[in-house]
Amino acid sequence: MRGPAGRCPNCSAPIQFRWSSAVQTVCESCRSVVVRHDVDLEAIGEVSDLPPDSSPVQLGTEGRFDDRPFTVIGRIVYEHADGGWSEWHLAFGDGSSGWLSDAQAEYAVSALVRPPRPLPPANTLTVGYAYSWQDRELQVTTLTRARYTGVEGELPFEYWGKTEVLFADLRGYDTTFATIDYSEETPLLFVGRFVDYDDLSLRHVRTYEGW
Amino acid sequence: MVAAGSPAARGFNCSNCGAPVELRALQHARAVACTSCGSILDPRDPNLRVLQKARSKESITPDIPLGTRGTWHGQPWEVIGFQRRSIEVDGIRYSWDEYVLFNPYRGFRYLSRYEGHWNDIRTVRELPEPIGSGKRPTIRYQGETYAHFQSATAHTDFVLGEFPWRVRLGDEVKVSDYNAPPYLLSSETTDDETTWSLGRYTDAQRIWQAFSVPGSPRTPSGVFANQPNPYKERASRSYRTLGLLLALFLVLVVGRLVTAAREQLLAARYTYQPKDQNAAFVTEPFAVRAPGTVEITLSADLTNAWIDFDLALINTDSGVAWNVERELSYYSGTDSDGAWSEGSRERRVLLPRIPAGEYYLRVEPEGEATSQPVSYVIQVRRDVPSLLPYGVALLLLVAPSIAATARSSSFEKRRMQESDYGD
Repeated sequence: MRGPAGRCPNCSAPIQFRWSSAVQTVCESCRSVVVRHDVDLEAIGEVSDLPPDSSPVQLGTEGRFDDRPFTVIGRIVYEHADGGWSEWHLAFGDGSSGWLSDAQAEYAVSALVRPPRPLPPANTLTVGYAYSWQDRELQVTTLTRARYTGVEGELPFEYWGKTEVLFADLRGYDTTFATIDYSEETPLLFVGRFVDYDDLSLRHVRTYEGW
Repeated sequence: MVAAGSPAARGFNCSNCGAPVELRALQHARAVACTSCGSILDPRDPNLRVLQKARSKESITPDIPLGTRGTWHGQPWEVIGFQRRSIEVDGIRYSWDEYVLFNPYRGFRYLSRYEGHWNDIRTVRELPEPIGSGKRPTIRYQGETYAHFQSATAHTDFVLGEFPWRVRLGDEVKVSDYNAPPYLLSSETTDDETTWSLGRYTDAQRIWQAFSVPGSPRTPSGVFANQPNPYKERASRSYRTLGLLLALFLVLVVGRLVTAAREQLLAARYTYQPKDQNAAFVTEPFAVRAPGTVEITLSADLTNAWIDFDLALINTDSGVAWNVERELSYYSGTDSDGAWSEGSRERRVLLPRIPAGEYYLRVEPEGEATSQPVSYVIQVRRDVPSLLPYGVALLLLVAPSIAATARSSSFEKRRMQESDYGD
């Protein structure tokens, strides 16, 4: 799963993409956000240190979701008035990608999907808003205004300098989980399901002193 | 990649009183209440700003001290927070305790305690599906149906340690409980959101063992919303046993009815003459070949008359007698409602446990002096099945099941008295 290599436009340190579809990574040497255009790499800014967090997941963590092995290759950290969460970017063995969200050790795995019809505009959403996905009744359970506070590793899109955006979390009568992300002009829909930590058979996780 | 373990606990000093405060839930904590002064601090704020100053000097010592670690569901969990909450119903305040358990990989679990009843709680991510409204609404979660038990406003009265949400004294949330023992599905609703959690009724002894709590837990009082009904299982067990016993019983009864000899020992017709001063007589002797029941049937052709019999079954050898007195009467006529009749022209007497031997009957009939002569028949048979002992046995068989059902429903009644649906 080795992608093309290059050098950081800012500090010339070697840059390696582990996932061939990665669009963005963070230089491990100078912490520049490096975006890939075909073969060229462009440094578009520098990330500040990631805020301290407690997720047991880290870059390089491996696991399985429904018997599909994955490797954690990147993440976006979000923060809101009452806390924050991490979206870990997963590269599956078959080349597809997904997200493992960790909100206070509550985990969900999801992937970007194409909604069958346009998503509701942000200003029409309320808690309780009903949305059906593949015959499943989902409803908006939380609306969160959050801003990203850091990125690391490889991402499937450019994620840099976003302002505060709205996220709508949806749940259903089973473990189905969905998020509508209003960070783009056209909102993005991620659908997946909640998982237990022990279901993911994670390896190379963070260790905690005394645990 | 982090090689060395990240520090699990981080300490700082309370911004209000300066006492050391330990942080155990890493960055997950959203509020920490100083164990010394009770002020609630923001652990995510670099200056540890005070979210809420301590309100009262009241201090509660939790049964399980903060920092206690135990093995729960096969994993290590640490007690990191404690709160006492209460609801008010009809002017009476009911309080319970909640413990926050933390594992850095698996997040949070909770334990709750009310009047010695403990619940093992985790948050649920699926939405329970409303399936029935009406008097007592029902919801479904993971295929199980839960019935509404109680709704109230819970008030936070006391906090210690860390919480994954911004706890405050005086917090008020609407709580609703739905039960399906041993489970309790509860919702907590604030202005912003509703969260659901699933509790499982848990023997306090298990918690005491898992978390090495000194001493022994107090005995629960009353019946809790999701406490399993011990009598329900006993009752259904007793019904299973009863089913088997009834089958056996039926075989015995049928067997007895089929195999009974019903051997006729005497059948003779006599006539009672009212003018006879002394109508007493004895019958021919007859042999009772095996010990058992002896049935005597009296039937008389009565029309608006009565006849009374003093009978004695007498053993020829020993002279031992079994005395019976029976009266037959039969009246009929017609009135404005039509034809009527009362009484009976025939009666049976069943004598239990008559020893084998030769017997005769001494018969002393007595009727109305003015009546017509009465013709009657006396029949004697042996080994005629008596159903009375079987009836008594049946009652004894059924009694434990009835008692168990009564106890079970009394338990349910006591449970429901604590609900919104009590008397």
